[in-house]
Amino acid sequence: MRNMRMPRRAIGVVAAVLLAGSVAACGNSDTGGEGGDGKIVLGFSQVGAESGWRTANTNSIKEAAGEAGIELKFDDAQQKQENQIKAIRNYIQQKVDVIAFSPVVESGWDTVLKEAKDAGIPVILTDRAVDSADKSLYKTFLGSDFVKEGRLSGEWLIENKKDATGDVNIVELQGTTGSAPANDRKKGFAEAIAADPKLKVIASQSGDFTRAGGKQVMEQFLKAHPKIDVLFAHNDDMGLGALEAITAAGKVPGQDITIITIDAVKDGMQALADGKFNFIAECSPLLGPQLMDLAKKVHAGEEVPARIETEETTFTQEQAKEALPNRKY
Amino acid sequence: MSDAKNRFQAMVGHRLFWPVAVLVVMLAANTLYRPGFLTIEVKDGHLYGTPIDILRLSAPLILVALGMTLVISTGGIDLSVGSVCAISGAIACLYISKAPDQNALGMVLTALAMAIGAALVLGAWNGILVSVIGIQPIIATLILMVAGRGLAQLITEGQIITINSGPYRAIGLGHFLTLPLAIFIALAAALLVAAFTRRTALGMIIESVGGNREASRLAGIRSGRVVFLVYVVSAVCAAIAGFMMTANVSSADGNSAGLWVELDAILAVVIGGTSLAGGRFFLSGTILGALIIQTLTTTVYAMNISPQTALLFKAVVVIVVCLVQAPAFRARFSRRRPGAAPPEASPQRQKEQVPA
Repeated sequence: MRNMRMPRRAIGVVAAVLLAGSVAACGNSDTGGEGGDGKIVLGFSQVGAESGWRTANTNSIKEAAGEAGIELKFDDAQQKQENQIKAIRNYIQQKVDVIAFSPVVESGWDTVLKEAKDAGIPVILTDRAVDSADKSLYKTFLGSDFVKEGRLSGEWLIENKKDATGDVNIVELQGTTGSAPANDRKKGFAEAIAADPKLKVIASQSGDFTRAGGKQVMEQFLKAHPKIDVLFAHNDDMGLGALEAITAAGKVPGQDITIITIDAVKDGMQALADGKFNFIAECSPLLGPQLMDLAKKVHAGEEVPARIETEETTFTQEQAKEALPNRKY
Repeated sequence: MSDAKNRFQAMVGHRLFWPVAVLVVMLAANTLYRPGFLTIEVKDGHLYGTPIDILRLSAPLILVALGMTLVISTGGIDLSVGSVCAISGAIACLYISKAPDQNALGMVLTALAMAIGAALVLGAWNGILVSVIGIQPIIATLILMVAGRGLAQLITEGQIITINSGPYRAIGLGHFLTLPLAIFIALAAALLVAAFTRRTALGMIIESVGGNREASRLAGIRSGRVVFLVYVVSAVCAAIAGFMMTANVSSADGNSAGLWVELDAILAVVIGGTSLAGGRFFLSGTILGALIIQTLTTTVYAMNISPQTALLFKAVVVIVVCLVQAPAFRARFSRRRPGAAPPEASPQRQKEQVPA
């Protein structure tokens, strides 16, 4: 008897958990009324809150909307495409003026984008792209150029090492294998340093964009290669992990080994200001003001370029010291 | 002569022979590739070298795999260990990051106690779902595997918490008798688990529950309590592993700490010779399995195998390890060679070595 009842009770528990989950998900979507006072209404669907970078991205959009006098309807998709599609359909029903979103995945957007187009609502993609064949489904893409970030890093290195004699040995910490930022940053860097034959990448491994990964790989690099002159890490976190490995090997980061990273999150900027890093190419999440500008333009029916890059810069140690106090993320 | 031959056969027949052989082959291959691979030097008063790295980095995996061995031995599985690592690390780091003096030993101990307390609750949650409510272990622990990641990110508010605490850092990077402290922690945990399971009847009771839960209950063993206990032990082991992982980089990353460690732990248990169907378990085999997995990862970096091929390379090695471990496969292989000694594995031993 007892055994017979167990599965049913188990199903009950699982059902309760699932139900609680879906109720929570519903509670998240913002179903506020329409902006009837002539304000532009922007519906935005965010990927989630998986990293500090993403949180800064969200805050930038919310702040910029307030400053630009745009009414923002915000939805957090919690990494799920179906939540995002649901949010976009909601925005279409509410007849918002502009829809913007950071797609969770690249594919599967044609139907819902078509619905938006039929309803006459312009769509802006932020940070991540979609792979729709029909480019008329969205107005523009606003985001970072990962290839450029890699290229800027390489160009700085050429300038920095122009007086060096003999080979300059570079080790590279790649991001998650196969991800767009990893592929593109590697490509941009390789293209740039090809201009100087003495710059050689002697080892390149994936550190999965994490501190633990960067540290573990760097430990082995240091043991396998007695002469490492430069470390190029595809993000700050891997570089920060590598710092510990370099110190443990009895070398001074920033002096014995020149360190270049990408992103410019706060901990990375601190390391740069402290002289442990040498150069950071920014990958900025603060695209809120640009997004609000674009929203106004597409609402007014102005033509906008199909692809717009986020305003990004690069930092040296001195620039980091100046910028650090105002760093938001 | 025949004595030496017998001894050789006994050695080959030992259940740890093949895992050890694989480990030795991997180390030898690395040494051929780079002669300095096994070099150990003294730096800043402690030992420094790739073998030391392997030991230090495998410590968290050994801990997680120890708990996993007990769970698997009862015929269960614990998919939530990775999330428990992330949660415990996040709680400890959050508490430390809020403290006025991050180097205060008492405060760090409080942080550890809080995180262990949370792990006890999480382990009890798994244990209740499996032993009291009767949900299948893979589903029951899947709930916490998914929800726990979210919980860890809620604790860290989606950020990476960086701390600067000497005592906490020591868990991952400190040294004792010139060797990393993490190795001693893992070793102590292994000895503790071994003492409790092998010096008392507990080990046999766990194996008996894994062999046949209902029969064990009828024989007078409180099966439900044993099952509950192993999930709690597993969660506590995972929590300590979580401290090591976060202390190693002095930061808690709810998104990536302990990600996929449950799969490595299950693999270590299987390489060690414990059957996924439950029953007999081998702690020494599990530890060896964890060392093999870490050596494999380090090999990829040391030989600079490209990240794209690395996954395939690892898969091939794991398949070879599992095949070479399986008595059925070895028997088929040796029969093809005339003159080779027939496999002398007794039925009893075959039952012990159940992988693949």
